[in-house]
Amino acid sequence: MFKLNPKLSQKLAYCLLFCSMLLTIFPVLIIIFIIVKNGASAITWEFLTAMPKDGMRSGGILLAILGTLSIVLCAISITLPIGVCAAIYLNEYAKDNLLTRIIKLSIVNLAGVPSVVYGLFGLGIFVMYFKLGVSIIAGALTLSIMELPVIITTARNALNSVPHSFREASLSLGVSRWQTIRHIVLPNALPGILTGAILSIARISGETAPILFTAAAFYVPHFPHSIFDQVMALPYHLYIIATQIPNMPKNIIFGTALVLLMIILSMSFTAIFLRIYFRKRRKW
Amino acid sequence: MLNRKIIDTIIETTIFICGILSIVFVILIFTFLLKEGLSFFKSFGITKFLSGNLWLPESDPAQFGILPLILGSILVTLGACVIAVPLSIMSALYISEIAPKTLRDILKSFVELMAAVPSVVLGFVGMVTLVPAIKNLLNIPTGLTAFSGSLILALMAMPTIVTISEDAIHSVPCQYKEGALAIGATKWQTIRRIVLKAARPGIIAAIMLGIGRVIGETMAVMMITGNAAQIPSSIFEPVRTMTATIAAEMGETVKGGIHYKSLFAIGLVLFAITFIVNFIADLFSGKSKK
Amino acid sequence: MTNIKIKVNNLSCFYNNKCVLENLSIEVIQNEILSIIGPANSGKTTFLRTLNRMSDFYQDYSRKGKIYINQENIFDMNMETLRKRVGMLFAMPIPLPMTIYENITYAPKRLGLIPSKKNEQDAMVEDALKGASLWEEVKDRLNSSAMRMSGGQQQRLCIARILAINPEVILFDEPCSGLDPISTAKVEESMMELKEKYTIILVTNNVKQASRVSDRTAFFLMGKLIEIDKTDKLFVSPNTKQTEDYITGRFG
Repeated sequence: MFKLNPKLSQKLAYCLLFCSMLLTIFPVLIIIFIIVKNGASAITWEFLTAMPKDGMRSGGILLAILGTLSIVLCAISITLPIGVCAAIYLNEYAKDNLLTRIIKLSIVNLAGVPSVVYGLFGLGIFVMYFKLGVSIIAGALTLSIMELPVIITTARNALNSVPHSFREASLSLGVSRWQTIRHIVLPNALPGILTGAILSIARISGETAPILFTAAAFYVPHFPHSIFDQVMALPYHLYIIATQIPNMPKNIIFGTALVLLMIILSMSFTAIFLRIYFRKRRKW
Repeated sequence: MLNRKIIDTIIETTIFICGILSIVFVILIFTFLLKEGLSFFKSFGITKFLSGNLWLPESDPAQFGILPLILGSILVTLGACVIAVPLSIMSALYISEIAPKTLRDILKSFVELMAAVPSVVLGFVGMVTLVPAIKNLLNIPTGLTAFSGSLILALMAMPTIVTISEDAIHSVPCQYKEGALAIGATKWQTIRRIVLKAARPGIIAAIMLGIGRVIGETMAVMMITGNAAQIPSSIFEPVRTMTATIAAEMGETVKGGIHYKSLFAIGLVLFAITFIVNFIADLFSGKSKK
Repeated sequence: MTNIKIKVNNLSCFYNNKCVLENLSIEVIQNEILSIIGPANSGKTTFLRTLNRMSDFYQDYSRKGKIYINQENIFDMNMETLRKRVGMLFAMPIPLPMTIYENITYAPKRLGLIPSKKNEQDAMVEDALKGASLWEEVKDRLNSSAMRMSGGQQQRLCIARILAINPEVILFDEPCSGLDPISTAKVEESMMELKEKYTIILVTNNVKQASRVSDRTAFFLMGKLIEIDKTDKLFVSPNTKQTEDYITGRFG
């Protein structure tokens, strides 16, 4: 019977694993390359700062950028405090009982609900039931619920990384539980929570389906006046010009995709670098 | 001192309320889907909805058979899994067991960046590059097929599967590996026989979460699978998934009408599917932690 | 007449309904150092952590019986008040990730015990550090991180931190298990000074340490108090065979 020499089979296997690694990361590199190559020519000062013109076939995407920013900032300022509090509850207070198990199951489940179903839910509850209409606030609320499980999970990891002994030391000095969390646990978990929040902002900036029926509009030629206005949003704008508008110049679509991608990737990069920086500086 | 006590109590109550908010949201989502879904089933009938093979919401009489949409979702998901699962697991093995420390950190960060690329961007690039390429290569009438969708979705599932299975592989206790190496196994034999086996629950959880992500994916699928609500006979035909149906048709419906409600019914089906998938994933990831 | 500081009546502790400390009755005299010795799983640490109710946070922990400090039942007391009165030093030094100065002022600030004037605060920090015989070594770098001190210094900083909240009783939970002999000697030295003002209970694996520092010694075995006596007496002529076997090193 033919049997491979173990040394040789190890070499072959390593080679195979390396190739699949390359196959996993190359397509995304190629996609980024295509976008940069075709989109770079569209990026001008005017493109970034002007109003759309000529049925969006020329002019700029400023309104879409601002629209996305306002929805996302609104969403994160709702979800961050709630998510961090929920993480504190689970990590610091919750006992291992039925309620805790149900909460954890709910978080897993929330994390798995498809983004378009969040869109449906947002439409049903915020737009229709609470009569907020298609607006920044309706979209932000929808996104904030969608991002809640992610924030809770990253915040829990951050809280967990603070050594248990710090809590014991503080409690043994007669400091109450909340004071211990407030003055010992939270300050030391803050870097982790912060990087998690930036990653979340990056992620929801690219979400289209949840704001499809709750916040985004095809074309709004002015700045939003309040959080109850509809806005243009960058990912939705990209979808519209890529699929719905005939004779759209290709480089404008690629340029829009490039701007969206750069916003998201630069935020993710920042978060990753911050994480590395904080890990190196960590005192324990 | 008393003041401090009161503040502590108020804050701790707030924290508790935030803690249980997740449960409230799940229940809210479920009831809203159920409310609209049930009123749809009352007028159309749940068996006709689940087994009907025609989705013609605007014709007269309107048909709301979800079968082609479910099949579309399954086909695209299966295709994506066949591509993504082996590649991701092998990549995770490479990152965790073979790559040197610095490369490992770089690759992990890169995979994280991959996950951040928005689906609408992937959909757009797929639409202008992949779709015509597939049309010409395979010489078929359109490149907007389930296969194109699977390729792009595989890209979206991979970061999830790689990250989570890498965690599972990395957390296999050192003693297992040392035990095998000590009796003369090569590193590869150790990885294949010991590490993979020990990390299996975590890897299964990773695959389930990847599947969950693919089933729920909307924008890319809507842009490149052709959106034909028909029962596909092969993977090289246009299909329409449940998610794409909701996203594409919601804009045109009359709010509160039967078509509007039918989309909530689809949402309910999606919710149920992803609930089950994530529940299974959670069971396995619970196992892998022990 | 000796002054009883702590009185324990029929205390039993359980984890998962398994008894780890059985029907313990013991008295601690004011301003003494009481050592508790015994092999692993003898219930020493459980006893210590019940005294300041740190064990209340454990899951599946339960207990029966009563403990009095100055005739007050500790289980009727507010937990924070109790812990302010009964300080605890852990096996490994746990400085908090802040400066030396802030480590001392941390608890008084949270408990509202901090004087408002800066020079009074400085005096408080100095007193606490002097009490733990650490002042001379760190007086020039009070604002550097406590994480950068040596292990022995960190452990004495933890003692200073306890002194700053001015407790009545200090519990030492194997405080020298991670320290070298020189640091150990310094910690023991400050312990001897501290008993002038505080009542000290020392749990230790190190039988020699118990004989060096304590006034009385208690021997625990498998969750039971076997014997308690004056240290000189217990080490010279123990009443029970088990105690003798343990202190002479026949098991443990």
